[in-house]
Amino acid sequence: MNASADPMVPEVRRVTRVRRELADVWTLAIDPGPGGFAFTPGQFNMLYAFGVGEVAISISGDPTEPETLIHTVRDVGKVSGALARLKPGDSIGVRGPFGRGWPVADAAGSDVVVVAGGLGLAPLRPSLYRLLAERHHYGRIVLLLGARSPDGILFRRELERWRTRLDLEVEVTVDHAGSDWRGNVGVVTSLIPRAAYDPAHTVAFVCGPEIMMRYAAIELAKTGVAADAIYLSMERNMKCAIGHCGHCQFGGDFVCRDGPVATYARLGRLLAVREI
Amino acid sequence: MIDGLDRYVREHRFFAGLKDDDIDLIAGCARNVVFKAGTYLFHTGDPADEFFLVRHGRVALEIAAPGRRPITFLTGGEGEVIGVSWLLPPYRWNFDARALELVRAIGLDAKCLRTKCDSDHDFGYEMMLRFVPLLVQRLQATRMQILDVYGKPA
Repeated sequence: MNASADPMVPEVRRVTRVRRELADVWTLAIDPGPGGFAFTPGQFNMLYAFGVGEVAISISGDPTEPETLIHTVRDVGKVSGALARLKPGDSIGVRGPFGRGWPVADAAGSDVVVVAGGLGLAPLRPSLYRLLAERHHYGRIVLLLGARSPDGILFRRELERWRTRLDLEVEVTVDHAGSDWRGNVGVVTSLIPRAAYDPAHTVAFVCGPEIMMRYAAIELAKTGVAADAIYLSMERNMKCAIGHCGHCQFGGDFVCRDGPVATYARLGRLLAVREI
Repeated sequence: MIDGLDRYVREHRFFAGLKDDDIDLIAGCARNVVFKAGTYLFHTGDPADEFFLVRHGRVALEIAAPGRRPITFLTGGEGEVIGVSWLLPPYRWNFDARALELVRAIGLDAKCLRTKCDSDHDFGYEMMLRFVPLLVQRLQATRMQILDVYGKPA
C-alpha cells in the first residue's frame, strides 16, 4: 500500500468485512495488500466507489494493526452511500494516507482530553488506540463524547469496554433522550468543566461538527487550555488531497495538505468567518 | 440554621468564592433533602418555591407532551443547580425534575432567598452574578441542541 508513485492514482483493494454501526453508519475493513497500511492517527484516505466517485474519509482503525485498513462511513450522499453499500469481496479504490494527523507523540507528558461529537469519534479512535497502547507516556486521559441521542452513540461496545478501564475517564452525553436513558443529557461542551485534567498541562483533540468544535474549543480555553494545545480536525471539500486543486482552501491553508488537524490558535479566528 | 448547612453551601461549586456573610444568608434558607431514584423534585406548573443544589446523584429535567414519552433535555449532577424558575414571576416550574438515582441535595427556600435579595441588593447582585451565567450557558446549550449539529446535513 502507499506504493503508487502517483498520489492521484487509486489502488484497487478488496473490502473484507462490513459492520453496521448505526442506522446510517457502516465500518468497512479493507485488505491493504502486502506490507499493510501505515498511517498517523487523524489522517484520511480518498476512497473511490467505482463508477460513482471519490470522497475523503478518515481512517478509524488501529495504527498498531496495519494489516487491516478501517474506515467508518456515514451514508450522507451519493458516494458515501455507495461506499456504505459495499459488501465483502467488493473492490474499492484507495488513495492515501493524506494530511496531518493528531500530534499524539508530542502530547507525551501531558494530560490528553479527547472531545468527540457524533461521527467525530471515528477520526479520533486511532489516536485513542495509540494513547492507550502507550498509556504510560501520558497523564490523565479523558474522552468526552456527545451524540444526538442514545441510538446515535458510535462504537458503543468499545466505549463500554474503555469505561471499565481505571486509567481512562469516559463521559458520554446525548442532546436528548427518552426517560429510559440513565446517562447524561446535554451538549458535549457541558462535560468539559466537569472533567478532571490539569489545563496548564493538557493537550486536547476535538472532532465533530464544526459548530460543536468551535464551542468545545471555547470551553476548553475557558478552563485554561492554551489555544495552541487545542487541536481540531477540519472538513472541507477535499478533491485532490495533495494541495493542488484548491477545493478545500480554508483561509491561507489547504485542509487536505495543511490539515485536517490544526490548532485552535491557527483556526479559531477563521471559524467565525462566514465567507470561508 | 441547621449546623453544617453553611459548610455544604460554602463547599458547593455553584457558590464557590462567596463571602461568609452571603453564605450565612443562603444557609439560613437551606435544608437537607434526599430523593430516591425515580421520585420527582418538582413537577411542571407547581409553585417554584424551592430549588436545589445537588450534592450527590443525578437529576433529569424532562418535558412531557400528550401521546409521547417524556423527553429528557438536560441532566444535572453534583455541583450543579436544579431549578431557575424561582427567580422570576410567575414562580412556577416549566419542567419536571426526576431523580435518576439517589439524590442528596440542599433545598433552598426560594421565597426566603428572594426576600433577602430584595432587602439586601448587594447580596441580590451576587446572586445574579451566579445565576445569569448559568442562564446564558443553558441558553447557548439549547441553541446547540436546536441546531441539531449531529443530524444529517441538508
